[in-house]
Amino acid sequence: MNDSRFTTRSELIGILVLAVFLVVILPLCLDVFRLNLVAKYLTYAFVALGLVICWGYGGILSLGQGVFFGLGGYCMAMFLKLEASSVENTKIQSTPGIPDFMDWNQITALPFFWKPFHSLTFTVAAVMLVPGIFALIIGAAMFKRRVGGTYFAIITQAVAAILTILIVGQQGYTGGINGMTDLRTLKGWDIRPDHAKIVLYFFEVGLLFACIFIAQFVRHSKLGRILVAMRDQEDRVRFSGYSVANFKIFAFCIAAIFAAIGGAMFALNVGFMSPSFVGIVPSIEMVIYTAVGGRLSILGAVYGTILVNFAKTSLSESFPELWLFGLGGLFIAVVLAFPNGLAGIWGDYVQPRIDRLIGSRKPKSGAGWTDDSVADGAPAE
Amino acid sequence: MSDETNQGLQSAFRRKLLMGMAAIPAVTMLPRSSFAQTPATSAVNTTGLAVTDTEVTVGILHSATGTMAISETGSIEAEKLAIEQINAAGGVLGRKIKFIQEDGASDWPTFAEKAKKLLVNDKVAAIMGCWTSASRKAVLPVMEQYNGMLYYPTFYEGLEQSKNVIYTGQEATQQILAGLNWIAKEKGAKSFFFIGSDYIWPRTSNKIARKHVENVLKGKVVGEEYYALGSTQFNSVINKIKLTKPDVIFTDVVGGSNVAFYKQLKAAGIDLSKQALLTISVTEDEIDGIGGENIAGAYACMKYFQSLDNANNKAFVPAFKKMWGEKTVIGDVTQAAYLGPWLWKLTVEKAGSFDVDKIAAASPGVEFKGAPEGYVRIHENHHLWSKTRVGRAKLDGQFELIYETADLVEPDPFPKGYQ
Repeated sequence: MNDSRFTTRSELIGILVLAVFLVVILPLCLDVFRLNLVAKYLTYAFVALGLVICWGYGGILSLGQGVFFGLGGYCMAMFLKLEASSVENTKIQSTPGIPDFMDWNQITALPFFWKPFHSLTFTVAAVMLVPGIFALIIGAAMFKRRVGGTYFAIITQAVAAILTILIVGQQGYTGGINGMTDLRTLKGWDIRPDHAKIVLYFFEVGLLFACIFIAQFVRHSKLGRILVAMRDQEDRVRFSGYSVANFKIFAFCIAAIFAAIGGAMFALNVGFMSPSFVGIVPSIEMVIYTAVGGRLSILGAVYGTILVNFAKTSLSESFPELWLFGLGGLFIAVVLAFPNGLAGIWGDYVQPRIDRLIGSRKPKSGAGWTDDSVADGAPAE
Repeated sequence: MSDETNQGLQSAFRRKLLMGMAAIPAVTMLPRSSFAQTPATSAVNTTGLAVTDTEVTVGILHSATGTMAISETGSIEAEKLAIEQINAAGGVLGRKIKFIQEDGASDWPTFAEKAKKLLVNDKVAAIMGCWTSASRKAVLPVMEQYNGMLYYPTFYEGLEQSKNVIYTGQEATQQILAGLNWIAKEKGAKSFFFIGSDYIWPRTSNKIARKHVENVLKGKVVGEEYYALGSTQFNSVINKIKLTKPDVIFTDVVGGSNVAFYKQLKAAGIDLSKQALLTISVTEDEIDGIGGENIAGAYACMKYFQSLDNANNKAFVPAFKKMWGEKTVIGDVTQAAYLGPWLWKLTVEKAGSFDVDKIAAASPGVEFKGAPEGYVRIHENHHLWSKTRVGRAKLDGQFELIYETADLVEPDPFPKGYQ
């Protein structure tokens, strides 16, 4: 892959196929309820995309992406909750005009850090900045000290655990284990009826493609290649005069911001936010989505997320008591048989056949959604 | 009446016509009497619910997996038993109940997703489900948006009332006040120490209990401590109890934490046959894990105990054990879950319709005389009138009934003077 253009032609085809799938096929085939479920799955696809950059290319395994998903989601949920807690909606409370959970916890005035969330502009900025800055602080503290690999993964897990405990413990300010429920309107626009769900779906797909293009850009820029080089031979890159830590921090922050956008879209689509998305288990699940899709493939991450979540929903609907075993078996099978996930299956089995069918002269000239140049050098981490 | 039946016949006819010409003779030959007993579907279901001429579908939505499965399994079992019994007795408006079970997986958003699926895709006529307040809070907006009917079994903190929910458990004042009155009178208790898990239900319950102790009983709360869910270290609070020597320890610690709490209490030398302890969170189900020897002597404030001595309960307990095994125990919430399908059946029959709006309107005043707890009636605020009972834990894990209120206690989800 010699050209450092934004995307190669075959990648562009891959993106177009995904676009047709998400924008045309799914909305035509699914009813609003299922489409809303896909919208929920896609919020995780943002996280998976971030993990492709951070883990697949940068080699930084973060087991705490739920933290950023949660921070983004909570920022959005705070705005929506304030709007839903207008004085007329909360007349029955001891203190009308504050969120219901504050009233249950005997808080009588809106805490200072809630006040800016009356503004949508501030909220949108906070959705990206709060997790971004938090990732910057963690990243700077860790990577400048050359903490990496397993230790970094463990620390991100610890952060996820700490944040969950903090949210659950400070329930007067955060809604505790219940989370923030009953979110209703966005600037007076009801987010609950079917037509709103459809609008939100297309808006989300648009955002997802924006993130895909950013990820493509990072990958094809010099930055992306340094990330890959760093993953494979960190010392050589450092000796060449690059500041390894800064690149890692950058990749980590991008992943955090993507996750946060996903979280904010989650709050809008599902209508609530709770600490059950912040902890260790959801964070690991998010890594699994990426692994199933193929951690080196930007589009694979999206397909992987949809597939795993679809399996989760349909298995649990058909076998309410046994589905977790089925899901567990599926993961083990995929990881054992196809270490590079769906993208690996595509690149190894499907793409060559298509190439042969079309009679392409360059059989390995860049699969639709795997990047061979990096796939070959992937370390077994 | 005859007008409605005629309309029903006509549209039933029309539907059959669409299904195929072959069906016509069958419909015209149907004896009129079969419609007299079983009202036509079009008459009892005007909102497109999953009701056919022979079946009606309801949803069961609890956690079958995850950390809450241990608590919610009893509710699932009780609801299935009730549905089976109702079907054996002829069903609802001549239709057998079919249920679709969904797993909330101890995860609140999953509850919301599954509730929506049951209402939107499966068009269930009612949902029996939820256990924790968090799951109910997640499901409530869905129920209100898609106009479903939820029968919620758990005793809970109150401060809620919805057209779309029937609360078959006790709200906080129903559970707490009579128990506090009793222990204040019986034990001459003046000082109380509160220990709870840190979330909305214990906090609200303790807030109500504190107001009652201070304003009504003129007693004193000498300590109030909260522990994170799943916490297992209670030594510091046990030391405080030893220092402050309260007349009553009042606890609403939930789930697995209970096991650690009562074991550490015993290990610290606090003898529950001398030190009064009143819990509102331990049922027969929890004692299964705690062990009877660790909690014997403690008082629990509930509306139902498995050991209740009345004719309904004497039929209910063996039926439950026959279906789910000799070793199962039945706690307060399990019994409340059993009420759900029955109350729904009785309400449907009173309303003469499966329509949610009609059921919501017909619910107040519906009474169930076959309840294992005795007799219950639905209040205008969609909670149940029920008795408060105090039981004392025995070594074998059962409770011995010590006290019950003479009359049914009125549910009061927004108690004045307690907020």
